Amino acid sequence: MKRQFPLILVFVLGVIMALVEFIPLDWAKDFKEFALDWTIIIGVFAMGLGIWSLIRVSADRISRRQENWGYSIVTLAGLAAMMAFSIYSWITAGLENAMSGYMFEHFFDHVMVPIQATMFSLLAFFIASAAYRAFRARSLLASLLLLAAVVVMLRVVYLGPISPPINVAADWIINVPNLAAKRAILIGVGLGIVATALKVILGIERAYLGRD
Amino acid sequence: MNLTAENLWLTAAALATLCTMSFLYKDNPFYKFAEHLVVGVSAGYFTMLLIVTSLWPKLVDPLRDGNYWYIIPGLLGIMMYFRFSKSQSWVARYPIAIYIGIGTGLSLVVEFQARIIEQLNATIGIAATMKADSAAGALTTLDAINSLIILLGIVCGLAYFYFSKEHKGWFGGAASMGIWMLMVGFGASFGYTVMARISLFIQRVQFLGDWWQRLFA
Amino acid sequence: MADAKRLSFNERLLKIDRRWIFLLLAMVVILVYLLDVTVPVYVTEEVRNIYERIEALKEGDVILLGLDYDPSTLAELNPMTFTVLKQCFHKKVKVIVTALHQNGPTLADQVLREATAIHEGGGGDKIVYGTDLVYLGYKPYPALVINSLGQDFHISFPADYYNTSIDSLPLTQRVHNLTDVNAIINISGTSATDYWISYGAAAYNVPLAIGVTGVMATDYYPYLQSGRVFGLMGGLKGAAEYEHLANNPGDAIQGMAMQMWAHLLIIFFIIIGNIGYLLSRRAQAKE
Repeated sequence: MKRQFPLILVFVLGVIMALVEFIPLDWAKDFKEFALDWTIIIGVFAMGLGIWSLIRVSADRISRRQENWGYSIVTLAGLAAMMAFSIYSWITAGLENAMSGYMFEHFFDHVMVPIQATMFSLLAFFIASAAYRAFRARSLLASLLLLAAVVVMLRVVYLGPISPPINVAADWIINVPNLAAKRAILIGVGLGIVATALKVILGIERAYLGRD
Repeated sequence: MNLTAENLWLTAAALATLCTMSFLYKDNPFYKFAEHLVVGVSAGYFTMLLIVTSLWPKLVDPLRDGNYWYIIPGLLGIMMYFRFSKSQSWVARYPIAIYIGIGTGLSLVVEFQARIIEQLNATIGIAATMKADSAAGALTTLDAINSLIILLGIVCGLAYFYFSKEHKGWFGGAASMGIWMLMVGFGASFGYTVMARISLFIQRVQFLGDWWQRLFA
Repeated sequence: MADAKRLSFNERLLKIDRRWIFLLLAMVVILVYLLDVTVPVYVTEEVRNIYERIEALKEGDVILLGLDYDPSTLAELNPMTFTVLKQCFHKKVKVIVTALHQNGPTLADQVLREATAIHEGGGGDKIVYGTDLVYLGYKPYPALVINSLGQDFHISFPADYYNTSIDSLPLTQRVHNLTDVNAIINISGTSATDYWISYGAAAYNVPLAIGVTGVMATDYYPYLQSGRVFGLMGGLKGAAEYEHLANNPGDAIQGMAMQMWAHLLIIFFIIIGNIGYLLSRRAQAKE
C-alpha cells in the first residue's frame, strides 16, 4: 500500500478532475472548489520543504566547518532577521501589518531588491561577452540566426530614415517565421504535457513516488 | 551630503548593488557575502509570506471559526515533512499523490485546449482566412505569402520535432525547412533576450544615479 | 610578453579579455544616462491594442491585474505596471490585483501605494481601497490559484493581502470570479503567464493581455495571432511604447536611449568577433 495507494489516488483524482471540466452541474463545481481549496493548503506546507532544506544544509555546513561555512552564518542570520522583524510587527501591530513593518520593508527594499536585481543585471555583461565570443556565422543556419537577431536588436536603435524599413523587417521576422517556429514548439510542448499527464494518471510515470 | 535615514538605507542598497557588481571583476568575499545574505533574507521573507498570507487565512482562521474539516489538509501538509525521514519517507507519498492527481487531471484538459486545440484552430484559421479574403478580393500578395510561410513553417517545424520517422526524402526536406524557421525564431528570441538583459543593468544605473542625486544634490 | 607579440591581428580580435567588454558596456550605458537623451519610440500594434482596450472601458468596469514578478525583473515590468495603473485610475476603472510570485507581493504592494499616491498627487480622484482597488496578494501554486479564481475568489483568497475578509470589500462583493471582470492584464516575468493563458483565459474565456520580459516575449506571438491574448508588451521596449501611448514618460522611455547604444555596442562586438573568426579561417585555409 506504500506505493499502490498513492497510485490509485493519482488515478482516481486525475480522472475526476479531468471529467469535472466537462460536467456543468453544481456538484462537479463544488467538488472542484473543494479539491482546489485543499490542494492549495497542502501546497503551502510543500513550499516549506525548501526552506527547511536550506536551514538543514546551512546548519550542517556550519557544524562541519566546511569550506566557506562563515557565509552560511550570514544566510541563517538573514533568514532569522527577516522572520524576527515580521513576527515583531505581527505582535505589536497585528497580523495585517506583519508584512509591512519598518525593518521588514526596509530589508526587503534595501537588501533583497538591490541584490536580486543586480545579480540578474550581471547577465547584461555576460550576454555581451557571449555575443562577442560565440555568435559566429559558422554555417548558413548560424548566419540566419545571427541576421534575425541583429535585425530584431536594431528595432530598438533609432537610425533616422533607415529605421522604418528595419522596423518593418523586424515586425515581419517576429510575426511570421518566429510565430511559425514558436507555434510548432508550443504544440509540441502541449503534446508532451498531455502525454506526461496521461502517463502520470495511468501510473506509467512514477518518479514522484521516490525510492523505497 | 543629505544624511537622512532614508538616504542611509539607500546607501546600504547602493553598497549591496556594488558588492554584487564586483563579481564582474572576479569572485570575491563582498560578492559572496551579498549572495548568501540575499538567499537568507529571501528565504525569511518567503517563510513569513507563506505563514501570514497563506497558512493563517486558509487554515488557521477556518479552524478557529469551527470548520474542523480543515484539520485533514493540515495533517496532509504536515505529512509532506516525512520526506526527511529515511524510514518513514513513504508517508509523504499520500499528500504528493493528492497534489499530483488533482494538478495533472486539471492540466490534461486546460493545456490540451490552450496549447493544442486553440493553436491548431488558429493555424487552420489562417488557411480559412486566406480563402475568405481571396473570395472577397481582399487578399494581398504579401498577406498570401506570409500566410503560406506561417502554415508551412508550423508544419515543417512539427516535422522537425517528429523523431519517430527518419528525416529522409520529402520528410527530411520538410524537417530541414523546419529548422530554418526555428533558427529565425531563435534569432528573434536572442535579439529580445539581449534587450531584456541590458534593461536590467539600465535600471541599476538609474537606481545608482538616483541614489547619488539624493545623497549629494 | 613574447607570446603576446606573436599574436596576429585576427587572433587579437578573438582574444579580447571579457572585462574590457564589461567596462566598455558599463561606460556606454553610464555616459548615455548622464547625457539624458531620448530617442523616438516606434509603437507596435500589439501594445496599442492594450492601450485602446483600456481606453474603451467605462467607469466602473473591472480589470484583474496579475503582477507576477520579483525584483529581478522589475526593470522591465515596473514601468508597465505604473502606466497601466495610471490609465485605469484615470479612467475610473476598478482594479483587483494578485501577485503570484513568491518574492513579489511586497513589491506589488509598494507599486500600488506609489501609483495611488502619484495619481492623487497629480490631481486625480482619491482611490478608495476596497471600492476602487483591492489587492488580494499571494498564494502558492499559480496554476491552481488562477483556476480557482475562475470559480470563486474565496477559494484562494478568503481575505486580501491585509487580512481583510473580501466579503467586507464593496468591489469583491460584486465581482466574484474571473468571468465578472472585463479583462485580465498579466504582467509577469515567470511561467505564470502560461497559467493565466491556459488555466485562466482559455478555461473561462476571459480577455487577456500580457506584459512580459524580453526573454519571454517572442514565445507568446502564437497566442496573439490566435486571439487568446489581445495584446502583448515585450520588455523595456514594450513598456516604453505603452508609456508613449499613455503620455506617461518614465523609466522605460528614459532607458531606450541607453538600450539603443548598448545594442549598437553589442552589434559592434559581434561584428569584430566574426571578422576575427573569418580572418582566422582564411589564415588556417592558407596554411
